[in-house]
Amino acid sequence: MPVTFRIPTYLAAFAGGQNLLRVEGSPATVQEALQSLWQIHPALRDRIVDEQGEVRQHINIFVGEDAIRFADGLATKVPEGTEILIVPAVSGG
Amino acid sequence: MKISGTEAKIPGSPLPEEIMPAVHHISAKKGDVIVLVGTMKGAFVLRSNGARKKWEVGGPYSVGSPVYAMAFDQRQGRHRLWWAQQSFRWGTVLCSSDDYGKTVTEPETYSVKFPEESKLALKNIWQICIGRADEPGTLYCGVEPACLFVSRDAGKTWSPVEGMLNHPHRAKWQPGGGGLCLHTIAPDPVDPKKMLIAISTAGCYRTDDGGATWQARNQGVRAQFLPDQYPEFGQCVHKIARDPRQPNRLYLQNHWGLYRSDDGGNSWQDIANGVPSDFGFCMVAHPHESGTAYIVPIESDEYRCTPEGKLRVYRTRNAGKSWEPLTRGLPQKNALETVLRDSMATDTCDPAGIYFGTRSGKVYGSSDNGNSWQAILEGLPPVVCVRAALVDGDGTGSPQRHGSAEKGKSRTKMRSASSRVSPKRSARARARKR
Repeated sequence: MPVTFRIPTYLAAFAGGQNLLRVEGSPATVQEALQSLWQIHPALRDRIVDEQGEVRQHINIFVGEDAIRFADGLATKVPEGTEILIVPAVSGG
Repeated sequence: MKISGTEAKIPGSPLPEEIMPAVHHISAKKGDVIVLVGTMKGAFVLRSNGARKKWEVGGPYSVGSPVYAMAFDQRQGRHRLWWAQQSFRWGTVLCSSDDYGKTVTEPETYSVKFPEESKLALKNIWQICIGRADEPGTLYCGVEPACLFVSRDAGKTWSPVEGMLNHPHRAKWQPGGGGLCLHTIAPDPVDPKKMLIAISTAGCYRTDDGGATWQARNQGVRAQFLPDQYPEFGQCVHKIARDPRQPNRLYLQNHWGLYRSDDGGNSWQDIANGVPSDFGFCMVAHPHESGTAYIVPIESDEYRCTPEGKLRVYRTRNAGKSWEPLTRGLPQKNALETVLRDSMATDTCDPAGIYFGTRSGKVYGSSDNGNSWQAILEGLPPVVCVRAALVDGDGTGSPQRHGSAEKGKSRTKMRSASSRVSPKRSARARARKR
């Protein structure tokens, strides 16, 4: 079952201008889904995670309506047909 | 570790047009002077002719992003701007442009990255240093957490300098207020194996073997926030500048303390003679005059504003034996300003242009060695970086005289080669002495 990512406008510039990205396969976790996403759009990787593979501090990832930060992080399960949202946090100055 | 990445050509900025402010692009020709201004909300490129009285403003670039480091590479006929685009969200990426910002190259894959096994992750790039003229493919970056990166292919790929990445002191380095940043890179103009760097708060380090090993060089520099006020390392050095004619002479603005070294950093002497405060951030050397350096003193570490509400640049012309305030054209009432460590720069003209930017978003410039000043630009976001360059200078830092500055016409005249430091000649001279 493919997974759909919804990404912000800034990142769309590095993904062929698309805000909705479809990843084929059946990733069980957010980590697996992101790995598939990097293969299609490698420019997204460095902008979403750091060198250690950690999601950048001011980026929130939601599986459906649940923030993975308050679930199991990158090990959070991806239920079939769920959309993954990548959202910049309210931060800055 | 070398990381290769594909590059995306992005016109102007990746931000969508509907939220872009109006962007103006400059173009520059031989003899023009450009001033690069990095702010907390983007970068600007200022251009003037040799008179340096009227300025055209290009930008903003990397709109909304802090830009702590900028540089201009003119080696091998390039006109390449470099800057570090930091984002609270998307991390820090090195951007470049070969046409003064009209077309910006932002790598798809970030080029300055720590290796996974280091367990480190890049927070910011604090310094971009163009390498020596005889190493035209070499560039350096100083980053946070503190490390030095080098590129040998004109910025395409970068790798951390192993001797700095694996430095035995690393575990004991503590971050200053701005983070654990390597903010100063000073290659030795004579010996390519020597380089001096500075870290807040670790202090000054020097390599004499091309980066394989780095020795702390802080003898005589105070760390008044530590029980041992003269430790081997741990000082909060804010900036170091190298004398243009005596490569072993260095000037240091410390977190409390002004110092000079005459032996390449082996030892430091206090030169806070006649300044209202020895606290401050920025420090630049005159591009041609030996013994001449500039600072902007700050009241204290608790009150980081210019003393007495006066914006004064202080200049020494005798290597720190005395300092004189430079105030003509600068506000002397209610001027509660702060000039940060990289917010001051010089061009290589003769007379030299001196430029600085403030945290309140003002940029000032002098086209007469600092004797008088003018406000170039106001209303910017907080300024964190200023760099200046003469377009199509010879790349050696030798003076380019602007004789008819008043009329806005410039004529360029080179001083004789015998009046400037020549790395090869100096090396030969030393060899003869031996």
